[in-house]
Amino acid sequence: MTVRLTTGRFDPGAELTAFCAGRTESGAVASFVGIARGEGGAATALELQAYPGFTEAEIGKMAEAATQRFSLHDALIVHRHGAIAPGEAIVMVATASAHRREAFEACDYLMDYLKSRAPFWKKEHGPRGPRWVEPTARDLDDIARWD
Amino acid sequence: MRVLLFGRLGDLAGWRERAFDPPPRTLAALKALISAADPVLGEALAGKGVQAAVDRVLVRGDAALAAGAEVAFLPPMSGG
Repeated sequence: MTVRLTTGRFDPGAELTAFCAGRTESGAVASFVGIARGEGGAATALELQAYPGFTEAEIGKMAEAATQRFSLHDALIVHRHGAIAPGEAIVMVATASAHRREAFEACDYLMDYLKSRAPFWKKEHGPRGPRWVEPTARDLDDIARWD
Repeated sequence: MRVLLFGRLGDLAGWRERAFDPPPRTLAALKALISAADPVLGEALAGKGVQAAVDRVLVRGDAALAAGAEVAFLPPMSGG
């Protein structure tokens, strides 16, 4: 299992290729890439604040629990922090398991967690100035599905 | 002792990281010191959903602080 924070851009395709390489027993790999939306010009940049050391450790605990719950062979989480421009990848999750259902479900679950409870603080910079963003009602409903 | 403020707390205080010397011996004493210097920040630290981490571990209630501790105040986490 790998959890990595980065302030630089990353290449989701290269990450996925590396994650799949050498797997002879995992019949399934599922992946998700989250991209910063421009909101038609309303959001000019996104700033994600992380607490390096703490943020990876908290995400790691969750990924470990997901590995058990969904019998994963492996999981990869790459997450940006700092300033992110519209169109750039913010987050990538990849999961590997023996069969597809567990890989799909674990990927969905990890994204719901990352969008609602992961230790990040999000600021949107738009034409009307910056504002701190909290999880939406939908984000909270999404994670509640798994409780 | 190093104190870190995350999210809106840093904007409110006008700083994100500050050294406290001499270091207070408990989390409650640190909060009292901060409140005395900046009552608005003090009130925000006592606000709903604000958590504290000592040396990158979440703590509930009061806690003893080592002289070289890193204390972080964390507003509700927004997710990525």
